[in-house]
Amino acid sequence: MLEVQNATKRFGGLVAVNQASLKVAAGSITGLIGPNGAGKTTLFTLISGFEKPTEGRVLFEGQDISHDEPHVRARRGIARTFQIVQPFAGLSVLENIAVGAHLRHAKRRDAMARAEEVGRRVGLGPELDKSASSLTVAGRKRLELARALATEPKLLLLDEVLAGLNPSEIRDIIPVIRTIRDEGTTILMIEHVMQAVMNLCEQVYVLAQGRIIAEGPPADVCDDAKVIEAYLGAGAAERLKREKVHA
Amino acid sequence: MYSPAIIAEAIVNGLMTGTVYALIALGLTLVYGVLHIINFAHGALLTAAMFAVWVVYETVGLDPYLAILPLTPLFFGMGYAVQRFVIGPASHGNDSNILLVTLGLSIAIENALLAGFRSDTRTLNTDYGFQVVEFGSLLLSKPRLIGFGAAILVTVLLWLLLSRTDTGKAIRAVAKEKFGASLVGIDVAHVYAVTFGLGCACLAVAACLLMPTFYVNPRIGQAFVLVAFTIVVLGGMGSIPGALLGGLFIGVVESLCGLFLGDSLGQIGIFLIFILVLLVRPTGMFGAKA
Amino acid sequence: MTFRDIVPIAVVIALLAFVPAFVTANTVLNFLVFTLIIALAAQGWNILGGFGGQFSFGHAAFFGTGAYAAALLQVRFGMNPWVAFVIGAVAGAAVGWMIGYLSFRSGLRGSYFALVTLAFAEVLRILANAATFTGGAAGVLIKLDVRPDNFQFESRGAFFWIALALVGAVLVLTRWIERSRFGAQLVAVRENEAAAKALGVDTLRVKLGAITASGAVTAAAGGLYAQYFLYVDANIAYGTWISVEAILAPIVGGLGTVFGPLVGAVALHGLGEITKLAAGSVPGIDLMVFGGLLVAAVAFAPQGILGLLRRPGQSKGAARHA
Repeated sequence: MLEVQNATKRFGGLVAVNQASLKVAAGSITGLIGPNGAGKTTLFTLISGFEKPTEGRVLFEGQDISHDEPHVRARRGIARTFQIVQPFAGLSVLENIAVGAHLRHAKRRDAMARAEEVGRRVGLGPELDKSASSLTVAGRKRLELARALATEPKLLLLDEVLAGLNPSEIRDIIPVIRTIRDEGTTILMIEHVMQAVMNLCEQVYVLAQGRIIAEGPPADVCDDAKVIEAYLGAGAAERLKREKVHA
Repeated sequence: MYSPAIIAEAIVNGLMTGTVYALIALGLTLVYGVLHIINFAHGALLTAAMFAVWVVYETVGLDPYLAILPLTPLFFGMGYAVQRFVIGPASHGNDSNILLVTLGLSIAIENALLAGFRSDTRTLNTDYGFQVVEFGSLLLSKPRLIGFGAAILVTVLLWLLLSRTDTGKAIRAVAKEKFGASLVGIDVAHVYAVTFGLGCACLAVAACLLMPTFYVNPRIGQAFVLVAFTIVVLGGMGSIPGALLGGLFIGVVESLCGLFLGDSLGQIGIFLIFILVLLVRPTGMFGAKA
Repeated sequence: MTFRDIVPIAVVIALLAFVPAFVTANTVLNFLVFTLIIALAAQGWNILGGFGGQFSFGHAAFFGTGAYAAALLQVRFGMNPWVAFVIGAVAGAAVGWMIGYLSFRSGLRGSYFALVTLAFAEVLRILANAATFTGGAAGVLIKLDVRPDNFQFESRGAFFWIALALVGAVLVLTRWIERSRFGAQLVAVRENEAAAKALGVDTLRVKLGAITASGAVTAAAGGLYAQYFLYVDANIAYGTWISVEAILAPIVGGLGTVFGPLVGAVALHGLGEITKLAAGSVPGIDLMVFGGLLVAAVAFAPQGILGLLRRPGQSKGAARHA
């Protein structure tokens, strides 16, 4: 469904994303992990259109969308959430979601109905009439998710929707994400919470210093020496192996 | 059509006006650089300063150049109070609110002056107002020459204050990262107010330098403030050397436009530059990239 | 938008329409017509500034364009004033689109947008003040020729009704914006532009739509002004006073609300008249109060008079404490 081909993004002298390629199969949940500063969010901005790649291409359903504006990509069916939540603070939760719903529903009544339905689905039912600025962190994360979902995307890009949540909140939201996929939306997620990645993702890409250094099912990737070194430093994989042997 | 001598004179006059513009712009750019706000009341505060110069001259006969001594600290204090007790609390830390609060202040100050002094235009009759200095083939106005020197001196002093003193360091720290500055114990609200006070102090000096050759009425600030905005945008918001160079440049542009287009169209060159810079390169020629 | 959305507007306009039946003093009617013209200009500003969050400090650019177009088309080209009035509003829309296209394309927002609009208005003022076509500093005088088909009336009441009808039409337009997809997207742009983009909002198109509508409405106010006073010059038409009036009324009345600009204009000018009566004919005293009110409104009543009237906890509309 989504294919990133050799995407590179430079900011001045800094290479944030370097020749990164990945594929997301329709109907899958694909993970994108990597240490802090690896370029994951930048790669997301290339896919969602907030930045344009310096080199390389982004294909969606076989079409080159590398130069489309974000709103055009949203119309094509790509929705994203923001790592740092970006609510419309002055609006109610329902109105927030309705902005997303308006993408496919011109009439206010239809958009509101749709927004209410989506809001309930992600567990914001009791909060729909509250001001978005009054929500807790967990509530805001759900709102991000609801707004993106309301655009009825084919591909949903989740940027650390679990960060900042406590374990019980994470437990609550994981089935929501799975249900979204089961209902036909493909998901690409950046996530640090490994429990969720192991639990949800069929395929994982690991980004380190702008490069994709590993890909595969989550269990395999976690054992990959390159991945361990990317997180823990050079020689870490070797040390871990030795410790295992000695233990 | 125009002899080189006339053009040369226009350029020199432009440079002299430009330094005073620069001084006005300096206050504006300093406030922008630190508080990241556009102070729409800047023009009205300048008008207030010019009236203050006129009042002390008319009542106690204080020479405008000597008036720098009492008026600069007075305006510093006033600016400090306005930021600390009006702009800061009223705007709840929101940028568009600050814009509106300073606009409201500017309307209130300007019309208070109108109510107090009426719309008459007033001048000072100093005995040196029309004295000239011969400089080769050029005849230069003596007070404007003094203004030129003094404005450059103030710019240098301000620059020294910012780069060499502890207060300057605190100001620069807040400008760069106010949250970090507050973490290391800098009182951000105080630094904001000091900066705003310094901006107003610049205005007091500028008013004292302007008054011997210029006039004042309640609306005079509007003319200056738009020019000052242009300079600040051209020089890069927050840049002190930018304000000086921008001021000189705009002074010359205005002077030449006045020469070629006549007075009524003279200012249009400034505004076109203003719009063009905003549209093409809003960070200015010297400002850091946002 | 439903029938129920229109009812309050219809009631307010219908009540106001009876005013000329009770008030016949010319000075009072003059004041009322002037206040309605200001309200109309402010309604234009509110579409862009209140709903869209783009604070223009140069709405004089639109007001002046409407005023000059209405005056010049009839004086220079003998056009029917009604037609000239409509063309003036269209010209205001065009100027709005152009300023919007140039500034929004360059990504100007916040203070920068405020400054550039101010500069555009000043350029137009200087040009109008200098060009012979616009009558230079002397301005343009529209010939007195009282005929309804000439947009001139025997009674001031007739003018009051026309101004009121226009204000009412824009109230309906604003209500429609509030209830439409366009409005939802416009408010989204105000609250968070990046998030709006991610949700498929074409932010440039939405902002252009807002500034175009805004320009048309404020230009209509300008055209009405020219037709009522039968005179325009550069400092009236493109002067900063009208830019300031257009900002003040919505903020005092209630930013980003349908009735805010009307309530604000009436409140401000009512208070202005009272101040003038109380303080005698001291020039500038009313504006001094306006300036203080603007500061006070931002400090204590960020949702304006309408926000104060609404029951606490029921806050809606523009929140500027994002």
